[in-house]
Amino acid sequence: MGEETVSEQAPAREQADPRRDRPVHVWTLVAIGLVATAIGIALGFAIDWFPVRGSTQADDIDTVYHVLVVASVPFFVLVTVITLYCVWQFRERPGEEGLDGPSIHGNTGLEIVWTTIPAILLIGLCTYAYVTLTNVEEAPAAGAPKELRVDVTGQQFAWTFAYRGLDGKPVKSAELVLPKDRSVKFQIRTLDVLHDFWVPEFRMKIDAVPGITTSYRITPSKLGSWSVVCAELCGVGHALMRQKVTVVTPERFDAWIRRKQAGGMAATGAAGGGGAADATDQAAIGKTLFAEGNGEATACGACHTLSDAGTSGATGPNLDEVLKGWTPAQIAEAIENPNKDVAKGYTEGIMPANYGDTLTKQELAALVAYLEKTAAK
Amino acid sequence: MISHLRAPGWYRATFWTLVSLGLSWAILWAANGFDADAVTGIGFAQVALLAFPLFFLGGLGAFDYWFYWASGRPTRPEDHSGHGATSWQDYFRINTDHKVIGIQYVVTSFFFMFVGGLMAMLMRAELAAPGRQFVDPGAFNGLFSVHASVLIFLFIIPVFAGLANYVLPLMIGAPDMAFPRLNAVSFWLLPCAGVIMMLSFFAPGGSFASGWTAYAPLSVTAPPGQICFTIGVQFAGASSIATALNFLVTIITMRAPGMSFFRMPLLVWANFSTSLLVVIATPFVAASQLFVLLDRALGFNFFNAAAGGDVLMYQHVFWFYSHPAVYIMMLPGFGIISEILAVKSRKPVFGYRMMAFSLLAIVVLGFAVWAHHMFVSGMQSWIRVPMMVTTAVIAVPTGIKIFSWLATMWRGVLKLDTPMLFALGFLTMFVLGGISGVMLAMIPFDIYVSDTYFIVAHIHYVLFGGSLFTIFAGVYYWFPKMTGRMYNEKLGKLHFWMTFVFFNITFAPMHLLGLQGMPRRVADYSEQFATWNMIISVASFALGLSSLIFLYNMVASWRGGKRAPANPWNALTLEWQVSSPPPIFNFDHIPTVVGGPYEYGVPGAVHGVFESPATASAEARQPAGAVSSTAKE
Repeated sequence: MGEETVSEQAPAREQADPRRDRPVHVWTLVAIGLVATAIGIALGFAIDWFPVRGSTQADDIDTVYHVLVVASVPFFVLVTVITLYCVWQFRERPGEEGLDGPSIHGNTGLEIVWTTIPAILLIGLCTYAYVTLTNVEEAPAAGAPKELRVDVTGQQFAWTFAYRGLDGKPVKSAELVLPKDRSVKFQIRTLDVLHDFWVPEFRMKIDAVPGITTSYRITPSKLGSWSVVCAELCGVGHALMRQKVTVVTPERFDAWIRRKQAGGMAATGAAGGGGAADATDQAAIGKTLFAEGNGEATACGACHTLSDAGTSGATGPNLDEVLKGWTPAQIAEAIENPNKDVAKGYTEGIMPANYGDTLTKQELAALVAYLEKTAAK
Repeated sequence: MISHLRAPGWYRATFWTLVSLGLSWAILWAANGFDADAVTGIGFAQVALLAFPLFFLGGLGAFDYWFYWASGRPTRPEDHSGHGATSWQDYFRINTDHKVIGIQYVVTSFFFMFVGGLMAMLMRAELAAPGRQFVDPGAFNGLFSVHASVLIFLFIIPVFAGLANYVLPLMIGAPDMAFPRLNAVSFWLLPCAGVIMMLSFFAPGGSFASGWTAYAPLSVTAPPGQICFTIGVQFAGASSIATALNFLVTIITMRAPGMSFFRMPLLVWANFSTSLLVVIATPFVAASQLFVLLDRALGFNFFNAAAGGDVLMYQHVFWFYSHPAVYIMMLPGFGIISEILAVKSRKPVFGYRMMAFSLLAIVVLGFAVWAHHMFVSGMQSWIRVPMMVTTAVIAVPTGIKIFSWLATMWRGVLKLDTPMLFALGFLTMFVLGGISGVMLAMIPFDIYVSDTYFIVAHIHYVLFGGSLFTIFAGVYYWFPKMTGRMYNEKLGKLHFWMTFVFFNITFAPMHLLGLQGMPRRVADYSEQFATWNMIISVASFALGLSSLIFLYNMVASWRGGKRAPANPWNALTLEWQVSSPPPIFNFDHIPTVVGGPYEYGVPGAVHGVFESPATASAEARQPAGAVSSTAKE
């Protein structure tokens, strides 16, 4: 566009002072602009800006970014090059004080050009973005494996996951495990405030909104283990609201589901059915509850450090340090009524106050037994 | 003593503030069935924070004239005693002179810039390394929430109102604003809002910590400090609405003879457009916070989903203001840049009419884009596409402005002093902010980078590289007019270069962090982001230091700078045709406007002529203005 600026303004030159007849280096400008554009675009492509592309959606979204880089760099280069050129060529030099530039008020043709070209470009980009949006939100094709449905529930400050529509009974888990190459639709709810369910490697995200269920789908395309990240400010523990997501082969996924369904790992099953469990079993169940939760009650370890359970949460007090010498009654009270006596340096209302409802009596007993045993160590 | 309490001023203001506290307690006491034990601290705070600014303003004398008039008592004939300033104390009373109010505004809002900047420094100290350094996560959430709220509501929006307050009446050839008393009220609401927001640090549970967006239901259930935001915004909002009305009426009715709309300087056009935005949009943010307050204080269920409340409604109402607010924070800056580029390039603004129309186009389109902040909010999905298109299209009028500025410089005689450097810095940095804005408009990309550091980078390129650069440009440009002194050019340039370099080192890498997946609003982050965060923190401290150069330059130059001539920039607009600082009623003879404001390069062109040119130039040599004596303090 630098070239047009010159040619359109040429007639105005005649009335200006001799200084204004200095040549304008149009081709130098164009050449510098092209080189700078090429460098800018190359940087945009060459630097590894993104995390692993973990879903088919990620491919589409990263391509949008690259298209946007190609479309944007020339504009930035244009503005910068012209600005620098003006500074270099048209700056006031000694002896030019009091001199005015030519009195150019505008140029209709030029103004039409710089209105229509960006408008066309932007509408083009919007169309492309719309097409991509449709693609990333599209349901899997008819021949693809049946879409997996996972209910995601956010709560200050942890996620719980429930697998539905399986053959057999639903599965609850504190850890997200997904099969590769199979579309999965997340149905997202929250028990308290806004959260946002995001795995950077999958690219997609959406808020968990009180009162409604939101959703999106992705198709994992790489094996690996990453973090579920809460992306919407949800309170004091927001920065720590992280959980693990693992993408496994379909075979291993099916095996994992079957194991879960059999109740081999599920603390709920054992605690619910086994009232007669002895103290060691009790503590083992309590440990699982502490580290994984039960699907409704958020895992204690999401916020509390306890080396015995291998957790390192930092939102709440470090139980390795504070738990010494507590009686079972005190522990139970602190779980059920966390706001009654808040540890020094911590704020009231951070720990969920509903463990009395989300844990069964047996589970609570198991948890207390476990914590008491650990504290005594 | 009694006479002190009867006369408007700080004694009476203190007295009535105390009365308001007692009254708040009494109201709660009565509302609780005269049971003193039932009055809670939080209940008292809610009533008192709403009541005390009004009583304080009344005590200070903001409503005296109106009370006299309303009660049928003889209003004192206007003796102009509330006009002008002869000592520093005159800046601490109800003053009806737009020039005094302008300086009150600018100084107050820069105070809040340093407060907000200091909070940024604390945040960057915490973020220099992963893990916990200086503040716990709750305090960190409080810091970024207050940082954003203070800099948006108490710095950028009011500082533009302050600059315009000073120069706009001068530019259109008016003796003052249309409603000088309302103008004073507008200003004094601002420190009240500031005090309320700062008070939140003393609240149990810490300052408000749900972001400047204060999304419900987090803001409804947050500790009591939250009400300082909810209520502070009411007063800051009332202040901007009143000022905007004042600007609109002033611009429409008080232009000098011959000053047609298309002879107005573009700064006036910019503030006209901004004021339209403020008047239409600001009531929405006030409403959104009022809903939160009702939810908190009286158990309403606007945002309680379990009781039929609608959480997304909060976001719609909030962004219906807060997206136009971005333009409220940008359009006055566009005006400043148009003034400076024309004067410093010695050329007329290229495409003047399109520059004016593009402002109006941004105003109209600005109301049709708000939901682009909500692409991942879970709202009905179809609305995303129209909002993407309107958002992209708003780049067209913005592009027109940028290209016209470039064309304005082309073949000019560029004077590269401090205001011009900041203007050029703005031009290049704002383009980056605009580009990342267009990228964010593209829904699939936005889904990924929403709520990440990419957003933090974008907003700082727009509000720091955009708004703040124009503010610095404007402050340097009009400093001679406002204070009657010249600033130190060397320090000004040093300030520019430090700001420009460290601004980029601070905020450019945030784009990268966002793309890599670092969420925003976190006190802690994973190891992989550590290197860039350390670099950003170090650069941000240097950026913070650069503002001290500015502070020193302003204070030292105001106290002992070289005397400024009436028109140091050889500009054509009317404010430069009177002395620096201007006489108490601006013009001894209201000028007649005879041509456009930017006729540079036309031999002998003038914007306005004074009835008696001889008298006018004599005045210019002998500053008898409102703030000249303060300059000596």
